[in-house]
Amino acid sequence: MEVGRSIQRVDAVDKVTGRAQYTDDLCPRNALVAKVLHSTIANGWVKSMDTAAAEALPGVVKVLTCFDVPEIQYPTPGHPWSVEPAHQDVADRKLLNRRVRIYGDDIAAVVAVDEITARRALERIRVEYEEYPPVLTPQAAMAPGVPPIHEEHPDNILKHTVSEIPLPPSDFRCAGDVLDCPAYHRFSGHYETQQVQHCHIENPTSYAYREGGRIVVVTSTQIPHIVRRVVGQALGIPWGRVRVVKPYIGGGFGNKQEVLYEPLNAWLCVEAGGRCVKLEASREETFRNTRSRHPISFDVRAAVDGDGYLMARSCVAVSDQGGYASHGHAIAANAVTGFRQTYLDQLAHRSEAYTVYTNRPAPGAMRGYGIPQCNFALECMMEDIAREMGLDPYEFRYQNLMPPGYVDPLNGITCHSTGARECMEKGRRFLDWDGLRARYQNQTGPVRRGVGMAVFSYKTGVHPISLETSSARIVLNQDGTVQLQLGATEIGQGGDTVFSQMCAQAIGIPTEDVHIVSTQDTDIAPFDTGAYASRQTYVTGHAIRRTGERFREKLLRYARELLPEAGELDVRGRDIVDARSGESLLSLADLALEAFYSLEHSVHITAECTSHVKDNTFSFGCCFAEIEVDIPVGKIRVLRIVNVHDSGTLINPKLAEAQVHGGMSMGLGYALSEEMKLDEKTGRLLNGNLLDYKLPTALDHPELHALFVETEDPSGPFGNKSLGEPPAIPVAPAIRNALLHATGVAVNTLPLTPQRLVDAFRKEGLL
Amino acid sequence: MIEALQCTVNGRAVEVGIDPRESLADVLRERLGLTSVKKGCEVGECGACTVLVDGVAIDSCIYLGVWAQGKRILTVEGLQTESGELSPIQRAFVEEAAVQCGFCTPGIIMSAVEIVGSGRQYTRDELRRLISGHLCRCTGYQNILNAVERAVNEAHKFVGGAE
Amino acid sequence: MYDIASIYQARSVADAIRALQADPSALVIAGGTDVLIKVREGKLAGCSLVSIHGLGEELSGVTQASGGDIEIGPLTTFRGVAFDPVIRRCIPVLGEAVDQAGGPQLRAAGTIGGNVCNGITSADSASTLMALGAVLRVRSPRGEREVPIAQWYKGVGKVDLAHEELLVKIVIPRANCEGYTGHYIKYAMRSAMDIATLGVSCLVKLSADKRTVEEARLAFGVAGPVPMRACGAEAAVRGLPIGEAVGRIGRAALEDVHPRSSWRASKEFRLQLVEELSGRALREAARKGGAQI
Repeated sequence: MEVGRSIQRVDAVDKVTGRAQYTDDLCPRNALVAKVLHSTIANGWVKSMDTAAAEALPGVVKVLTCFDVPEIQYPTPGHPWSVEPAHQDVADRKLLNRRVRIYGDDIAAVVAVDEITARRALERIRVEYEEYPPVLTPQAAMAPGVPPIHEEHPDNILKHTVSEIPLPPSDFRCAGDVLDCPAYHRFSGHYETQQVQHCHIENPTSYAYREGGRIVVVTSTQIPHIVRRVVGQALGIPWGRVRVVKPYIGGGFGNKQEVLYEPLNAWLCVEAGGRCVKLEASREETFRNTRSRHPISFDVRAAVDGDGYLMARSCVAVSDQGGYASHGHAIAANAVTGFRQTYLDQLAHRSEAYTVYTNRPAPGAMRGYGIPQCNFALECMMEDIAREMGLDPYEFRYQNLMPPGYVDPLNGITCHSTGARECMEKGRRFLDWDGLRARYQNQTGPVRRGVGMAVFSYKTGVHPISLETSSARIVLNQDGTVQLQLGATEIGQGGDTVFSQMCAQAIGIPTEDVHIVSTQDTDIAPFDTGAYASRQTYVTGHAIRRTGERFREKLLRYARELLPEAGELDVRGRDIVDARSGESLLSLADLALEAFYSLEHSVHITAECTSHVKDNTFSFGCCFAEIEVDIPVGKIRVLRIVNVHDSGTLINPKLAEAQVHGGMSMGLGYALSEEMKLDEKTGRLLNGNLLDYKLPTALDHPELHALFVETEDPSGPFGNKSLGEPPAIPVAPAIRNALLHATGVAVNTLPLTPQRLVDAFRKEGLL
Repeated sequence: MIEALQCTVNGRAVEVGIDPRESLADVLRERLGLTSVKKGCEVGECGACTVLVDGVAIDSCIYLGVWAQGKRILTVEGLQTESGELSPIQRAFVEEAAVQCGFCTPGIIMSAVEIVGSGRQYTRDELRRLISGHLCRCTGYQNILNAVERAVNEAHKFVGGAE
Repeated sequence: MYDIASIYQARSVADAIRALQADPSALVIAGGTDVLIKVREGKLAGCSLVSIHGLGEELSGVTQASGGDIEIGPLTTFRGVAFDPVIRRCIPVLGEAVDQAGGPQLRAAGTIGGNVCNGITSADSASTLMALGAVLRVRSPRGEREVPIAQWYKGVGKVDLAHEELLVKIVIPRANCEGYTGHYIKYAMRSAMDIATLGVSCLVKLSADKRTVEEARLAFGVAGPVPMRACGAEAAVRGLPIGEAVGRIGRAALEDVHPRSSWRASKEFRLQLVEELSGRALREAARKGGAQI
C-alpha cells in the first residue's frame, strides 16, 4: 500500500540542501526592478501626479501612474472562472488606482535598473489628493451619507444575504418564532474576530519577461492557471498569450490563492519593452497590500430545550471586506454556512451575512475561509450556553453533533463519514478532561488554570458553491518509472509527496518510481485550479486515481501484446505479474523499453484525465487545551494542547501530523497575539512588520500534539477528506473556553491579549 | 563603487567584487549564487537569511558584506560532505518531517549547526530559546525541535541513554 | 542593498573620531542591527556611515578594573555580555537582561553600546544599567568625559553624545553592584524577538540576616519616554522587611513613573504592569540574595 505510508517528502532533500529554487532564486540577476508607490491617505482620489523628477533620475526606465493604466477593472480571487456573469468574481480594481481605498493603495510604479534607484524615484513623485475621512468599520461604512468606496455599491455593502432552512411541520412559522419561544432556554451572544495575516515566510514575488511574443510570469502562487487567466483579463490580452510558471513557494496559506502583483508586473514588463522586470513585495507591502483574514463580528442566538438539544440558532455575520472585494461575499457566506453546520438544529436556523467595504487593507482567503471566525463564535456560544444552563460542555456538544448522513438543508453537502464523536473521546482522554475540569473548579489566587475545548466540521473543496475540476497526466519513462504532471500545487503542505503516493497506489507501483516536478508551468501542466479549500487530496486525488487507473490499463494492454498467452495480468511493484500467482512475467523497465523502441508497435504510454467532482464531504475534529492564567499581568500560558482530526484515510500520516502542528500554531497566534492594528485617524497599518505583528516564536509554543481518528470516506478517492485548513480552526475557541473555565471571565473578542484580559479582569473584579 | 571582498565561503577562499552597500545576504545570493540564503523580512526578524560568520549564527540581511572581510562564512550549501551525503543535521530535518515549505529551513539548519557544534546538551526549552530567532509558519516548530534535538543527541551519542 | 552614500571602516577609535570630524553628517554604525533597519525604512536613507564594527580589540570585552569597577567595552555584543565570566560572576542580572534582547542571531550582532547610544526607552540593557548607576565614558577630539547614566538620556532617542564623540566604556562602579543581587523582567507580547512593553530591573542589598531590604534600586524601561529610576519607590522600601517591601514597592513606583498610551499598550495597562512586576522583580532579586521568601 502506497497510500498510508509515512514516506519522506519528495522535496525534503532539495529543501535541506538549499537546492530548492524559489521565485527570486531563479530571477535573472540583470532583471529590472519595479517598485510601487503607495498612497499616504486611506480614502479619496489622486488628483494629479508629477513624475518629472522621478523620470529625470538616471537609471529610471519607466514611471507609470494610475493615469496611465488600461481602463480595465479585473477580479483577483483564486476562484474558478464562472461562465455565468451573475456568478463571476467582483472586478473592482485596476492595475493602479486613482480612487484610493486603503492607506498605502497602489497608485504608481517605477521600473529602474536597481532597487535603490527605484526607491529614490518613488520619493521624487509628487502626488495631490482629494481626501475623505477614512472609514474603518462596517458600521461606519454603512452609515448614511458616507461616500461610497466603490461607486457600484453606494451603501458600501458589497452583498447582503439571508437564508433560512425549511421548517419541519410545527406551530412555528419561522426561526424567529423558535428563538423567541419561552419554552426554551434562550441565548444570545456577540463575538468578534480580528484581522490577521498569513505570514508565509516568502513574500509574494514575481518576475515577468516577454518570450515569443508572449508574456511569461514566474511567480510565487498557489494558483498558476488562475493567474494566467487574470493576467490576461487585467491586460486585456488573450489568456493563451500569458504563460505562468510556479516554482517552489515559501508558503501561501490562502494569500497566494489570489492574483496579487502578477498583472501589474506583467504590464510593467510590457511597458518596459518586454525586458525582464522583477516585482517583489516587501514584508510591509505583504501586510498592507496583499490579503489577510477577515475580521467578522457575529450576533448569535439559540433556543435550547430542557434536554439540551439545539432547537434553533441564528447568526448575523458582518464581515469587513476592506477596500477591495477580493473573494467577495464568499467568505462571509461560508462563515454563516459553517456556523450552521457541525451541530444539528432540530427545528430552525436562520443566517444573515453582510460583506461591507471599508478602508481597511483588503482581506481575502486565509486558511479556513471564514470558518476560524464562525467557529470562534459557535464554540464560544456552545460553551456559554452550557454554562448558563449548567450542562456539561462536552456532553452538550456531543449530543448535538451532526449525525452521519446529515444533509445540509441549503447546499446539500452530506456527511458521508464522521469520526467526530471518536475525536472528542480521544481528546477527552488525552487531556484527562474530566479530572482537570473537576480539579480546576473554584480556584482563587492570582494564577489559575483551566481547560477548554472546541469542535469543528469542515467541508472538502468548494462543490456545490463553485466548480471542482482537476486534471492529471501520467507519462511513462523509458526505464518503466512514470512522470506525474499536475496543475495542482505544492505550497509546502506536502502535496507533491501525497500526489506521488496516490499515483503509485492507483497504478500499483512504488512511490519511489513516481517522479514529480514541483514546478507548474501553464504551458505544460494540465488544468487544475490550484491549492485552496483543502481540495487537492480530494479533487486532484480523484483525477490522479482515474488517470492512474487508466494508465495501468494501458500498461496491461501493452503487456498483453507482449504476453498473449499469459493469464490475467496485474501491475505490482516494478513488474507485470500473473494476477493469480503473483509471478513476475515482465519488468516494467522491459515493458517501457519495448513500448518506446519496438519496431512492431512503438507507443509512448500516457494517460490524462479530468475529474469533475460533484460531491463534497465533511472532515471533523476538535481541540482540547489546558492553560494557566497569570491574572495580574494578563498572560495565558498554554500548558498542554491537542488537536484530534478525522480527515478520513491519511495518505501520509507523518505529513498529516506535521500539517496539524502548523495549523495549531496558526491557531495559537490567532487566539493569543496576532492582530493587524490600524491607526484610527489615518487608517494606516501600525504593525505591518514581523517585529510588531506578534507571530509566535518557538518559545511561545507548547508541545503540539496531533491525533487522528481515521474513517474511510466513501466519496474520497482513497477514503480521504480535507486536512490542510482544519487544524487552524478550533484552537482559539478552545483557549478562550479554557480561560472562561479558569477565571469565570468570558472574553468574546480575539485575540486574548494581555491588555484585553487585564481590562476584562478589572471589569469583573478580579483585579 | 566596487570593493574586493576576501573571505572563506563554505571552506573555499573567495575573492569577489562587491558594492559596499550590499548586505552579506546580497553578496551570498547575488554575487556567489548561494540562494539557500533567503530573505523574508530584511530586518533581522524572520531568521531566514541566517548564516554562520566565524562559527556564529547571524542574520546576514542586517550584516554588511564589507564586514565579512577575512571571515569564515558557512551556508547550507557548505554542509554536504564531499561525497554528497547529507550532514546529520540535514538528515534529521528530512527524517523528522521538519521541512514543509522549506523557506525557513536553511536558516534554521544553520542555527542548528551552531547549536550542535557547541558540544553541549540542551533541554527542550533551551532549544526553543536557541531557535527563537527564526520564524516558521508551517510547522509550529514541533518537528523542527525534534530534528534539532535528534541532531544534538546523535552528535553526542546520547541516544538510548548510552554516553 | 542599502541606500547609503558611503561607509568608512575605521581602523581605530582615534580614526573613527577623525572620520566623524571630517563628515558632520556621518553616523556611527557598530553592530548594524539598529542603523541598517533605519536605513532600510528610509529614516536614514542616503546617509554616510562610519563603521566601528572592526574595532573589537579596542572596544569590546569586559574587564574588572583594579579598583573593582566593571568596565564593559561598548562593542561587546549582547551575547558577549551575557556569556562573559566577569558579568556572570559580578552582575549576572545585566547578562540576563541583555540575553532577552531580540533572538540569538540579533544578540550575536547587536552591541550593548548601540543599545545605550540609540536612547530607546525599551532597550533591554537600559533599566538594569540605570539601576546599576552605570557611568558612560565618551571620547572626543578634546579628550574623555564621564556621564552618569542618570544624565545620559535627553529625550526620545536622544542621548548626551555629541557628533564627534564615541562611547568607549560602560563602567559599573563597584559600590553599585557589590553586595547586590538583581532581577530583570522583560514583559513583552512574545517570549523572544520582541520589544518590551515594560522592562523592570530591581537590585537589592539585604541585611545580614537576609530579612530586610537595606537598599533597593528599581528602574524601568518604557515607563516613560526614557529609561528611568524609581527613586521614590526605592526610598519607600528601604529598611522594610522583605515581604512588606515586596508588597509595597509596586504601589510606590506608580508615583515615579509616567508611561504613555500608545498603540502598543495603554497607559493604564503599563501602570498595572509597573505595580505588579516591581514586586515580582524585588522578590526574585531578594531570593537570589538568599532571602527565604
